[in-house]
Amino acid sequence: MSETLTVERLTIGLPEGADRPFAVENVSLTINKGEILCVVGESGSGKSMTANALMGLLPQGVDVKSGRAMFEARDVLRLPEADKQALRGAQIAMIFQEPMTALNPLMRIGDQISEVFAAHGLYTQSERRKRALDLVREVGLPDPEKIIRAYPFQLSGGQRQRAMIAMALALEPKLLIADEPTTALDVTTQAQILKLILDLRKRRGMAVMFITHDFGVVAEIADQVIVMREGKLVERGDAAEVLDNPQHEYTKRLLDAIPTGKFPDARQLSDISALEIKNLRKNFRTGGGLFKPVREVHAVDDVSLTVARGEVLGLVGESGSGKSTLGRTAVRLVTPDGGHVMVGGVDLAVLSEEELRQQRNKVQMVFQDPYASLNPRQRIMGALTDGPINRGVPKEDAQAKARELLEIVGLGADAAMRYPHEFSGGQRQRIGIARALAMEPELIIADEAVSALDVSIQAQVLDLLRDLREKLSLSILFITHDLRVAAQLCDRIAVMQKGRLVEIGRVEDIFLNPQQEYTRQLLAAVPGADWAEPEEATA
Amino acid sequence: MWKRFRSNMGAMIGVVMLVAVIVIALIAPLLFPDGPWQMVQRPFLAPFAVDGLPLGTDTLGRNVAAQLAYGAQVSLLVGLVSTLVALLIGVPLGALAGFYGGYADEGAMRFTEFFQTIPNFALAIVLVAIFEPTLFSITLAIAIVSWPPVARLVRAEVMSVRAREFVDAARLAGLSKPRILIQQVLPNTVSPIIVMASLMVATAILLESSLSFLGLGDPNAMSWGYMIGAARTVIRTSWWLSFFPGIAIVITVLALNLIGEGLNDAFNPHLSRKGKA
Repeated sequence: MSETLTVERLTIGLPEGADRPFAVENVSLTINKGEILCVVGESGSGKSMTANALMGLLPQGVDVKSGRAMFEARDVLRLPEADKQALRGAQIAMIFQEPMTALNPLMRIGDQISEVFAAHGLYTQSERRKRALDLVREVGLPDPEKIIRAYPFQLSGGQRQRAMIAMALALEPKLLIADEPTTALDVTTQAQILKLILDLRKRRGMAVMFITHDFGVVAEIADQVIVMREGKLVERGDAAEVLDNPQHEYTKRLLDAIPTGKFPDARQLSDISALEIKNLRKNFRTGGGLFKPVREVHAVDDVSLTVARGEVLGLVGESGSGKSTLGRTAVRLVTPDGGHVMVGGVDLAVLSEEELRQQRNKVQMVFQDPYASLNPRQRIMGALTDGPINRGVPKEDAQAKARELLEIVGLGADAAMRYPHEFSGGQRQRIGIARALAMEPELIIADEAVSALDVSIQAQVLDLLRDLREKLSLSILFITHDLRVAAQLCDRIAVMQKGRLVEIGRVEDIFLNPQQEYTRQLLAAVPGADWAEPEEATA
Repeated sequence: MWKRFRSNMGAMIGVVMLVAVIVIALIAPLLFPDGPWQMVQRPFLAPFAVDGLPLGTDTLGRNVAAQLAYGAQVSLLVGLVSTLVALLIGVPLGALAGFYGGYADEGAMRFTEFFQTIPNFALAIVLVAIFEPTLFSITLAIAIVSWPPVARLVRAEVMSVRAREFVDAARLAGLSKPRILIQQVLPNTVSPIIVMASLMVATAILLESSLSFLGLGDPNAMSWGYMIGAARTVIRTSWWLSFFPGIAIVITVLALNLIGEGLNDAFNPHLSRKGKA
């Protein structure tokens, strides 16, 4: 096999004052023709920097200190800017994580693809158009004639990513760099995009450098894997080899951290229910004016479910399935259009604003974004005691309780006097959990509480939740898009699609014996499903 | 934050210049115990023509240096107080509009737009002309024409902060809406307000000077604008009479702008044009 790209001892320096001197240190890698190399690492591992260096897209102040990257017998790191520009797109193409921001929102898809040809001065106007159409067809976008006249906002996330891929493929590059291209997508869409990349690789024989944090994705598509940590390469090898027989401690930890379909032991559930949702409905109306018809979305459509005391119920669905709305309705951040939310004998759905404030403590929420969910100008102590003091708990008691809770979530009592910016994402999520516990709730709703975290941090937070469930017999409604995460923690799983509850059952039943077609689709789309299965059998 | 501000050359120059102006304004009565209106020499003395009158005398033989020092008092006072008043009107209105939305927002914004449709300066002239031109009425007039941008800024900031998850968390803690607004939302909007306020002081000083230039100043208060206005007929023969107050205005406004920009960069390190590298 011939080598497409050889990177030798690449070192990229960070500006002074950064947390470490080098973004990437002494990294060597090789990608052969027609091969998919996965670069795996957590955030801050330098995996994206490596890719950006190859494309000449390093941010200001960050530059290549040493090393070479040989591509077509030339060192792409040392090329003059004009040559780099000719190389980009034509020989090396890149696709990004967030296709909405990577596409120009004011340009039609067809024009954006044609522009790639125009930028390299190729073909005539009509020829470009024809080729754009061919590309759109090749990446499997529906109704190509219409799609090339569409604007990015008219496309779904998956379609946009396909359009990005079409642009990247326009000049038949020899190397495609994909920087977390499926991270922002739903599982089923992700599965389709991965399949597309595999297809294209086979058809065109190009090399792919695929950057990801997800070992499931690695299992799905990789030929070769390198694992990076804090700018250093810690492990490299055949995908199968690394997955089944990891050598480095860090790789083992990462692999351990991924949910593998080992189910937690089934537990006896209490008969008393912590949360009872009956026929809940919530519609969102948009538009509507003199001449516009009202558009109505049934975000939650006649959903009934119960969470037993001490149970963790996983609520799984893709984006737009209404799972977050259901969670927000259950804590009454959103007022439902109909139905009941019974918590401890009180129907939260019908309380007035004032009565509700008295009952707020019953259901608490842990939010998705650890950076937005804490007030940056308030000390942790304030965040943890505001609620209890407001309920009439004496200040000293509330503060003592806050310190105790910070100990329980593993931060230590002295965290109380600090500000949120002094904590990492995982630590902030712990604070969020402590804040919810401070209110002594009957139920906690965790809305994608671990989705924004790196796998190893995710595992720690899940451990904490599991621990708390035992210690405090917590009831949790755990909302997530990730079936693997749900399987690790939950007793039962509820699957939602388009506002409706599709299926609900014990974790094993859902995974091994799904009743509904949609559940089967979701399970099949989970990346690395095949690879995880043998372990399932041994578990 | 303070470190970033201090490392900003322009902002520090601004601070030095502003401090100088403030000091001069404060010690004016000590430097010139006779006050700015006293005739001290014959008129139209050029700078340095006579000892003790470094900036010369004006059309009536008054000490230009003394006039400048006392003028600083008026300019700074009017600038600061009118900005404070404008904030007192704009911040609560914008905060209520942004936080409660709906009818409160509609009402407050239509009211704001009503003021924005009238040209600032024209409205200020009319207001001062209706009231007696005193320091009080001038300050009030300037405040009344300068609060709408504050209201709009605060509204926009509050709307973006309100959508963050920690506000939801505060609601779940059972805090009342006014308390969430004051305790959770408003503290997160202060940085842009401070930046805007520092620039507003500069605008207010300019407005006051313009009003005095047109003869709508407080007749009992010496001000830079009045000095320029009074000297405009003799600008060709006695350039220093309009030149020095003009320089004073330029220095003060420039200083405030430099400070405002420095604050902005210090509060938003990601937006500063010069990266750290």
